[in-house]
Amino acid sequence: MKRIYSVLVENRSGVLFKVSGLFSRRNFNIDSLAVGETDDPSVSCMTIVSSGDDHTMEQVEKQLNKKLDVIKVKTFGEEKSISRELMLMKVKYNKSNRRDIMEICDIMKADIVDMSKTFMMIQICDQPEKVKLLIDMFASVSVVEVARTGTLALPKCSENE
Amino acid sequence: MIKSLEAEGVKVVFGYPGVAICPFYNSLLDSNVESVLVRTEQNAAHAASGYARTTKGIGVCAVTSGPGATNLITGIATAFADSIPMICITGQVNSALLGSDVFQEADITGAVESFVKYSYLVKDAKDIPRIFKEAFYIATSGRKGPVLIDVPIDVQNATVDEFVYPEEVKLRTYKPTVKGHVQQIKKAIKEVEKSKRPIICVGGGIALSNAKKEFIEFVEKNQIPVVSTMMGIGVMPTEHPLYFGMVGNNGKPYANRAMKEADMIIMAGARVADRAISQPDLMIGDKLLIHIDVDPAEIGKNIGPNIPIVGDAKHIFADFTEFDIDNVCDDWIEVLRGYKAEMEPKRAAHPGFVDPAKFITELSLKLPEDAIYVADVGQNQIWSCGYHIVKKGKFFTSGGMGTMGYSIPAAMGAKYAADHVGRKKGRTVVAVCGDGSFQMSMMEFATMRQHGIAAKVIVLKNNYLGMVREYQHYTYEDHYSVVDLSGSPDLEHIAKAYDMPFFRLKDDKDMNETIDAFLKADGPALMECLVDPMDLVK
Repeated sequence: MKRIYSVLVENRSGVLFKVSGLFSRRNFNIDSLAVGETDDPSVSCMTIVSSGDDHTMEQVEKQLNKKLDVIKVKTFGEEKSISRELMLMKVKYNKSNRRDIMEICDIMKADIVDMSKTFMMIQICDQPEKVKLLIDMFASVSVVEVARTGTLALPKCSENE
Repeated sequence: MIKSLEAEGVKVVFGYPGVAICPFYNSLLDSNVESVLVRTEQNAAHAASGYARTTKGIGVCAVTSGPGATNLITGIATAFADSIPMICITGQVNSALLGSDVFQEADITGAVESFVKYSYLVKDAKDIPRIFKEAFYIATSGRKGPVLIDVPIDVQNATVDEFVYPEEVKLRTYKPTVKGHVQQIKKAIKEVEKSKRPIICVGGGIALSNAKKEFIEFVEKNQIPVVSTMMGIGVMPTEHPLYFGMVGNNGKPYANRAMKEADMIIMAGARVADRAISQPDLMIGDKLLIHIDVDPAEIGKNIGPNIPIVGDAKHIFADFTEFDIDNVCDDWIEVLRGYKAEMEPKRAAHPGFVDPAKFITELSLKLPEDAIYVADVGQNQIWSCGYHIVKKGKFFTSGGMGTMGYSIPAAMGAKYAADHVGRKKGRTVVAVCGDGSFQMSMMEFATMRQHGIAAKVIVLKNNYLGMVREYQHYTYEDHYSVVDLSGSPDLEHIAKAYDMPFFRLKDDKDMNETIDAFLKADGPALMECLVDPMDLVK
């Protein structure tokens, strides 16, 4: 089972290490982890996707809450959240596949954000599964480099009502 | 830093200086805070642990950067595993040089992250009062534990205009639960009323929250039988009519049977750790489980309780006692007393050697009733747990981490506290260790001599790493590997070298007189008991 943890932490040096260290020390999985400042510059938000059984997921939340730099832990399933991931992907193209690549990008709502005579950089910002699908679609194309942000997620607005 | 320690009422710092902590030690001379120079840094933390456990307060240790700090790590991890409140101050290299691998630099805050409650790397001297105030609060509240403060030498040397120690702590991320939830307490009481065969398993949390009085009041008022984990030894006097021994693979068979046959278990300040309850699912089965702990993460970690109560045991048992519980389980207590009478383990005779069980029992009968007994790790620990009779005293050991060499420095810290803190001074403190653990910390005799700390040390000597040998006896059918302690020193010579009285017990003869003479000896003393190398804990 996958669960998303939205963890508000003190924006101080060493906090990322403490939180990620907790996962490795307790043998919890991190499927992805994304960090950034919130509207309050003293607070960062970590979005952590983890997987495991119910007992492990409960322990993840309790152990996170125990960390003194953690301000608040929100946890929710994928279905109750809006999640997005940003990916940049550099591919090698030639005359014969250029049109195919552009078509795939069109269908997948991905953008070509940079190019040279032999390379193109593609950007997609979508649900994590769409990002994965795009990678699959490029299986036959020579992919040079990929960078992904990991999942960012917030609970759906209806959850606040 | 020193002013902060004074503001916190700190009386003594256990430690070992080096260049990077010299500004701190320099200022210490001009203060009311005493210092004790240990002989290796790990023992500074163990001594602070013994001190904290004796005073029910906090222990402080201070060492230098790099190897000083890394040597301290085992002591910090030991304190963390047993939730002992402690402040560990480490010197650090100049902050401008941090990260450049200069002489004696070690990333200590990074290294200890998984076994401190919190740590600080101080970057500005102005933050020192706030950080110390927070650190003391964090270490001593909620689930207690060690807090490390790493201070670069330039920060120690910096001058601050004015010292103002904060009155209160402002931490938005840390609010430990103290009072137990009223509804949960009511629910628990209802279940206690229904139970025919209740049992309470106490852990170290009761002593840590200073809840012995409230706990005993509750069990005596309602006549509920009690067993304990290793860390819970000493919560109840051993011979209390409602106490039925230590549980676990090295515990009393009747204590485990009581747990097995109970229909309701209250775990109080205990982690349900593997050595106490090896298969929680089987042990709990369809019993009702109430779990009381100050740390919500411990509840449900190893076993899911029916009724969790998060809070400080002192408050929770005081709240419990206010209820009048209409339940009489005299029959159950009689059954347990029967088990206790029948199932006391019978030990094989080892003629020509000291029987450690008999020795420890005799020793505890002769100790003053408020004595502090510190057991080390190994066979000696299991014998101590099984046969030491706690009256009004205390029983310390390294339960969670099982750190060999704990007893001598911890006894040293305890004795220092016993002689310098509180109304009643001069309690007897005795450390009981094996010859393996003894050799891990015997250098502390110098500390005891230097600072006039009169702890008494007993070595159960069998020329083996006995506990490992016993494991190899069962698991590898006597295929002994690297457990022979040949080459160990003659302890009589060691005692002489440190100018300490020495006593040797070769067998059970003269046991009484020898113990009497040992306990009467002035100052620190060393006693050796020759135990059969093939003796087993059961």
